[in-house]
Amino acid sequence: MRKLSKPLYGQQNKTAYLFLLPWLIGFFCLTLGPMIASLYLSMTKFNLLSSPTWTGLSNYVQIFTEDDTFLRSLWLTFYYVFLSVPLRLAFALLVAMALNKGIRGLGIYRTVYYIPSLLGGSVAIAIVWRQIFDGSGLVNQFLSWFGITGPSWIAHPDYVVYTIITLSVWQFGSAMVIFLAGLKQIPADLYEASGVDGAGKLRQFFGITLPMLSPVIFFNLIMSMINSFQAFTPAYVIGDGRGGPLDATMFYTLYLYLKGFSFFDMGYASALAWIMLVIIGVFTAIVFLTSKFWVFYGDNQEGR
Amino acid sequence: MPLKRQLVQAGRHAAIILLGLAMLYPVLWLILSSFKPNQLIFTDSSLIPTAFTLDHYVNGWKGLQGISFGRFFSNSLLISALSVIGNVISCSLAAYAFSRLKFKFKSLWFSIMLVTIMLPYHVTLVPQYILYNELQWINTYFPLILPKWLAQDSFFILLMVQFIRGIPRELDESATIDGCGQPQIFFRIVVPLLVPALITTAIFTFIWSWDDFFSQMIYLSKIDLFTVQLGIRSLFDPSGQSDWGALLAMSTLSLLPVTIIFLVFQRYFLEGIATTGLK
Repeated sequence: MRKLSKPLYGQQNKTAYLFLLPWLIGFFCLTLGPMIASLYLSMTKFNLLSSPTWTGLSNYVQIFTEDDTFLRSLWLTFYYVFLSVPLRLAFALLVAMALNKGIRGLGIYRTVYYIPSLLGGSVAIAIVWRQIFDGSGLVNQFLSWFGITGPSWIAHPDYVVYTIITLSVWQFGSAMVIFLAGLKQIPADLYEASGVDGAGKLRQFFGITLPMLSPVIFFNLIMSMINSFQAFTPAYVIGDGRGGPLDATMFYTLYLYLKGFSFFDMGYASALAWIMLVIIGVFTAIVFLTSKFWVFYGDNQEGR
Repeated sequence: MPLKRQLVQAGRHAAIILLGLAMLYPVLWLILSSFKPNQLIFTDSSLIPTAFTLDHYVNGWKGLQGISFGRFFSNSLLISALSVIGNVISCSLAAYAFSRLKFKFKSLWFSIMLVTIMLPYHVTLVPQYILYNELQWINTYFPLILPKWLAQDSFFILLMVQFIRGIPRELDESATIDGCGQPQIFFRIVVPLLVPALITTAIFTFIWSWDDFFSQMIYLSKIDLFTVQLGIRSLFDPSGQSDWGALLAMSTLSLLPVTIIFLVFQRYFLEGIATTGLK
């Protein structure tokens, strides 16, 4: 048996690596190689024109001890991620549950709610957002009906981040579609049985819906978190592209971009990128490790 | 009781429709304002234009520094089309190997592939830029397209792996008995059945490369190479001196291809998201 399968296996080995060849080249040349290079560059001073000079850990030391903008951009990004991700997911779940009641016209509603997710990543929508939240924009016109004079949301350093958060929450449609699919998987007899046992709506939500959906929530949480950490276009377009007003739109990626491609301090930018990688890695690991306690993989539900 | 139920139903519909309208309002505002004369864009708060003009489309289309928006559109289309072809081919090849073939270190490669899905783009950004700079590829489309031909959007590999796993293996086996090699099984059996996943990959690749402002901004600075996103960003002046009519008109146009694709391929879209959790 071994004699027969070994050459076959060897044959498949070759074919398989041929199929994998594009991905492997890409992985080594565009991912692994650059990652190692960026770790090296993060310990140098490099401006693209002259060759890099080794400076050891001094970029990192500078980032952690002297760089106020780093701290502010990190804090701003955290604030954005930890507000926009839960809000977006909560909203998505709420609307998905409202739509999952055997309602007529579900297809149309689903399409309408999905459109913001479809268009939200474009420069065009970011510009519209800027206009809507401007001093004389739609939001303030709406508020003025109630006699409230709103500030210029985009010009005020305390408020502009909320403009960007609304833009993110507005795009809850894609998460909603995933939740809708998840809700359909929950067997109806679970609700019937618990209804017979006298469980109320709230009890059913916490006892059935949330646990049964937890694998989907887990997946959504990871992906939204990783994406939100990397948000760039809204901060760049809604702000002035340089982090203003008063660094209030200086998201981490924007800071990294400015350091690397405006000031051509590419060693510093690489150090910032590695710090970002570690932070995202730590948060992803936390979600993965805690998932044991809150993600429930039922028998009839395939976990992801 | 039935009356009460009907009322509840009607109330639910009303709430959902209202929320839907509120959600669409920014998009509707953008589209309708692009037809309003300049002086009405910010003063006339009603959605329906009281006066109608196409001037903004004519003015906006003229573009920047003598390069028209038609050029930006064809540039964007070119980049997106080449990205789509690259992703569809390279990701399906890799997915076939991962889902059907036995080879050394398979599980190691597979877990590496999964990890790269979560890798932030920025970690490889600077060295990639240096590499492309060395190759003199700045101000070309290679940096935007090459990664797609090398299957670097691993997400789609995973999508297709999951899809291929659902294709019955008996089909491959009977083909092997008929004397088909692996390449033939791939092209004759797996690819035809993989079409829905390929379409999902194609539309998401199209949209993501259409909207990929960040990479376009980094790699393209010559105006005749500009994409739609870069063109709009250049029309827009944050300090407030923009030609808002032209800006809104071109913004409306920029959303058109993505919207059309969405409406045509809706089924693949929503199923694709639901089964894989895209975006």
